[in-house]
Amino acid sequence: MNRHLLSTADLRRDDALLILDTAEQMARLADRSVKKLPTLRGRTVVNLFFEDSTRTRTSFEVAAKRLSADVINFSAKGSSVSKGESLKDTALTLEAMGADAVVIRHSASGAPHRLAGWVRGHVLNAGDGTHEHPTQALLDAFTIRRRLGRLDGLAVTIVGDVLHSRVARSNVWLLRTLGAKVTLVAPPTLLPHAVATWPVEVSYDLDTVLPASDVVMMLRVQRERMSAAFFPTEREYSRRYGLDADRAAKLPPHALVMHPGPMVRGMEIASDVADSGRSTVVEQVANGVSVRMACLYLLLGGADGPAEEPHEQRPHERREVSR
Amino acid sequence: MADAARRNYGSAPRSDAAATGGSPKHSPAPVPDGDAGAAGTDGPQTGGPESGAEAGGRPTSRAVLAPADLARIVSRMAHQILEKTSGGDGVVLLGIPTRGVPLAARLAARIHDVEGVTVPTGSLDPTMYRDDLRLKAVRPLRVTDIPDGGIDGRVVILVDDVLYSGRTVRAALDALAEYGRPRAVQLAVLVDRGHRELPIRADYVGKNMPTSRREKVAVRLAETDGTDAVLILGDRP
Repeated sequence: MNRHLLSTADLRRDDALLILDTAEQMARLADRSVKKLPTLRGRTVVNLFFEDSTRTRTSFEVAAKRLSADVINFSAKGSSVSKGESLKDTALTLEAMGADAVVIRHSASGAPHRLAGWVRGHVLNAGDGTHEHPTQALLDAFTIRRRLGRLDGLAVTIVGDVLHSRVARSNVWLLRTLGAKVTLVAPPTLLPHAVATWPVEVSYDLDTVLPASDVVMMLRVQRERMSAAFFPTEREYSRRYGLDADRAAKLPPHALVMHPGPMVRGMEIASDVADSGRSTVVEQVANGVSVRMACLYLLLGGADGPAEEPHEQRPHERREVSR
Repeated sequence: MADAARRNYGSAPRSDAAATGGSPKHSPAPVPDGDAGAAGTDGPQTGGPESGAEAGGRPTSRAVLAPADLARIVSRMAHQILEKTSGGDGVVLLGIPTRGVPLAARLAARIHDVEGVTVPTGSLDPTMYRDDLRLKAVRPLRVTDIPDGGIDGRVVILVDDVLYSGRTVRAALDALAEYGRPRAVQLAVLVDRGHRELPIRADYVGKNMPTSRREKVAVRLAETDGTDAVLILGDRP
């Protein structure tokens, strides 16, 4: 295992499978009456959230508490951050308080990487800008494997706002590592320029891709990150890229419909599809806790490896991350 | 009291010492190197290809039990379990991964052959309850599978391959408590190699095998390793 969980791009196949297998054992605990484990007793996990997120923060909090770790929630609002403290100073403060792991969400891509160079504890990326959201991809892979029994050779279609989606990026790298074939479907304006270098197929027509998909993953249109007009109207987007009941009928019978949440019903996904038997939306939330428990256990559960000194800051890196 | 203790042990320790070629009396001697010290905290998780014998000196490996010996021992332990539990009444066998699980299945099969009763079997992974997690690199989790019907009011027999420091069994007792409240918990091990660090004693012992801390006992089972054998690895003092 790597020392930190920053991205799925540098996750080896063995490690990814170890996380999924460990999550499988963690998931079995959800069935018993006493869900608490003593494993991380005495360890401190800090949730450092610079962006609003209820579900991811709560999921990490539940995961850490089930493993008996102490959890400190540190949100940017109302903290010293709003008084102008830099990310580095915040990180060093948390470290001085004895954080063994920092779960960070930040609006700037790359913030967790910088943090990992500053603190001795383990860093888990809970979403950074439009870069990556590794635990979401891991829980998606876990959900697919639980439902369909495998990942190797599956055709996974990711639909929607790929440009702003860290979920899509993390999924592209992880699914590639695990042997699935990924197709991105989006309006051309919502695909990043670099998509040509990604290990994916690209299509602009959802209807032709659906019949050959084992999994279709719908992404939320992230209005809060949009600074320009990417499509004419919501209605047009919904007509061309939304998953309604008629479109869902084109999927093979075993195919899954996934959504990382929060959903905008009627926009990218119709209500009756979101509530249908092939939808895994609620399972994904439950699996999220198991996968995050697995990540915390694998990072914090053993002996600390050879203490990796925080690396010195090189002059060209001395740019401030927070915006 | 002494009688009870002798009956609980599968065979008397003294005769075993003779049978295994009489390992020299080892006072709990100071451990000469770090590797052996780590093995002391490792507990009965011995066995497997990783438990090599590089602890200095001449590495040796000698087979102590052959497949036929193993079959006889399992058969005897099955009889003892039946005797002590009045025919396997309310018994649940829980194997401690990795090799406790196939051992539990073999005991259950022998019990079925002898008395025709089917005892539920499962597995219990104590990893997350260990007290030495932070002394080693992170351990992968194994399967915990509690049989339908649970363990409340049952006689749970924990089954493991090697009993050594007792730390795995302690962790297993903690893990077990999370799944219910058994009427009694007993312990069955294929090999008891001594060197206990906790006040834990097995109810059913396949073979008492006095060893030095510098040695390792490796149990090989057909289900996990392709062959049945018990080996002692390590340098002969």
